[in-house]
Amino acid sequence: MIRSLPSSPLYRLAYGAYVFLFFAFLVMPLVVVSILAFNDSNFISLPWKGFTLDWFFANTDERQGLFADEGMLESIRTSFSTAFFVATLSTLVGTIAALLFEEEQFRFKGVLYFLALSPLVIPGVILGISILLAASSAGSYIEDSLGIDIELFRPSYGLVILGQFSFAATYVMLLVAARLKRFDRTLEEAALSLKATRLQAIWYVTIPFLRPAIIGAFVVAFILSFSNINTTIFLVGSDPTLPIDLYSRIRFSSTPVLNAVSFIIVLVITCVAVINGFISREER
Amino acid sequence: MGNKRSFTFYLLIIPVLLWLLLMIVIPHADLLVSSFMAENDDGDLVFSFANYAEFFNQKIYWLTFVKTAAYSIFVTMLAFVVAFPIAFYLGKVASKKVASFLILLLLIPLWVGELVTVYGWIVLLGDNGVINHFLLWTGIIDEPITMLYTDFSMVIGLLYMSVLFMVIPVMSTLESMDDSLIEAACDLGASKWVIFTRIVIPYAMPGITSGSIIVFMLVVGNYLAPNLLGGKSSLWFTEQIYNSFLSTFNWNEGAAFGFLLLLLSSAIIWLALKLSGQKLEKVGT
Repeated sequence: MIRSLPSSPLYRLAYGAYVFLFFAFLVMPLVVVSILAFNDSNFISLPWKGFTLDWFFANTDERQGLFADEGMLESIRTSFSTAFFVATLSTLVGTIAALLFEEEQFRFKGVLYFLALSPLVIPGVILGISILLAASSAGSYIEDSLGIDIELFRPSYGLVILGQFSFAATYVMLLVAARLKRFDRTLEEAALSLKATRLQAIWYVTIPFLRPAIIGAFVVAFILSFSNINTTIFLVGSDPTLPIDLYSRIRFSSTPVLNAVSFIIVLVITCVAVINGFISREER
Repeated sequence: MGNKRSFTFYLLIIPVLLWLLLMIVIPHADLLVSSFMAENDDGDLVFSFANYAEFFNQKIYWLTFVKTAAYSIFVTMLAFVVAFPIAFYLGKVASKKVASFLILLLLIPLWVGELVTVYGWIVLLGDNGVINHFLLWTGIIDEPITMLYTDFSMVIGLLYMSVLFMVIPVMSTLESMDDSLIEAACDLGASKWVIFTRIVIPYAMPGITSGSIIVFMLVVGNYLAPNLLGGKSSLWFTEQIYNSFLSTFNWNEGAAFGFLLLLLSSAIIWLALKLSGQKLEKVGT
């Protein structure tokens, strides 16, 4: 059953088959949509009618490929810029939170830490509706008392960024804190005894040590934002992100363009995963 | 050191306080308050239990709630059954190289995002989908089987997107397990069943608890799989919340439903932590 113990061929065969089936189950949806992105048919599924690149490049009345689909391209751009801002903001605050909880002692630390972890166990839908409620309460209060209408307090691009940031920062915090736990505190103490201020010690000693974790956390936050729907769906305004756009298309008008987009996402993510695999192997 | 330290300390704590207060505490306080507000006969918002009363009076609401909870527990158990052999394989059987490749494979669906994977299952399971095509072609069936828009496809979707969160924590606890424990049991003549149920599973319990909590939380709060893969009858409680907010625009009722969902997930998580004697911090890592 483990490597050092013998086991019967039948057991090994059955176990191997199960592992194979599990991973087949895992990759099947991704492989199938990727292949069907090249199917010369107007339907999203089989039968196979031959190879075509129409669903990427065509621009005719009958078929509009991904790169001719202005709405889809626009939502992809929105998703990229949203994810960039979310990743930047949550990397910043998440790293600060990791430093705070690992290095400082203060009252109510436990309560604060619990709150910082809570997005892990709050369903995304709840996060979405409560931020929507609070934003609109704040918005209508300001409008009533000052007469100014602030766009951020209505479902909008900015509110999506804030909403996604609220949980992405937790993941950044955990990833950075995991590396900070392995940090040799004496290095910071050495910097302090050499007359560095504490801020300088953090900036010149601690942050460079944390850099790989910070970069990794940025990527994770970017991907979390890029694929999020549960929170986003309540906060989105007039410019949908890619998942919102895909969602409404799946519900109302599935065309093989969806396969084409899926193929590109799968391709990009696989590349990122492979690169990530290489980097983490080199680190070891 | 006093002054300098406190300056840095404020620099660190202020952004964190802003994050937690503005994005977590105030919104959830507002959720709670809104859930107790309803319009009276004059159309003014006043304190009331009407939203919660509505939940208990309308059979469809609490039935959906109970069904969501029951299905979520079922999917969590299913995830454990499906994931445990895989976690054991990755943590104990496979070589380091194979394991790291398979873990990469495991993470890809997560990173690709739920929408693409749910869409993939629509393409696979539909009446004209890939699986039906294959089965018809091989002659196993004569008529397409209805798989999409049923509870079956919904469970597949929920399991698919959550199973990884069971595999990873169980795998990491098993990795730290000493092989000699299993070897000793084997030398003393224990059968495989005894080794698994008496040694491996108890050892992996912390990982199983973490995994179960995350899986349950993801499943109970999931919206896409029930909405896009489930049928008319597989209504999920998150869909009720969605309807209150974005279809009927009764935000106060939606807030009450949201708070009930939060209560349900917190209660189950608290129970799991209590039963296993773990802390929340461990779940995150």
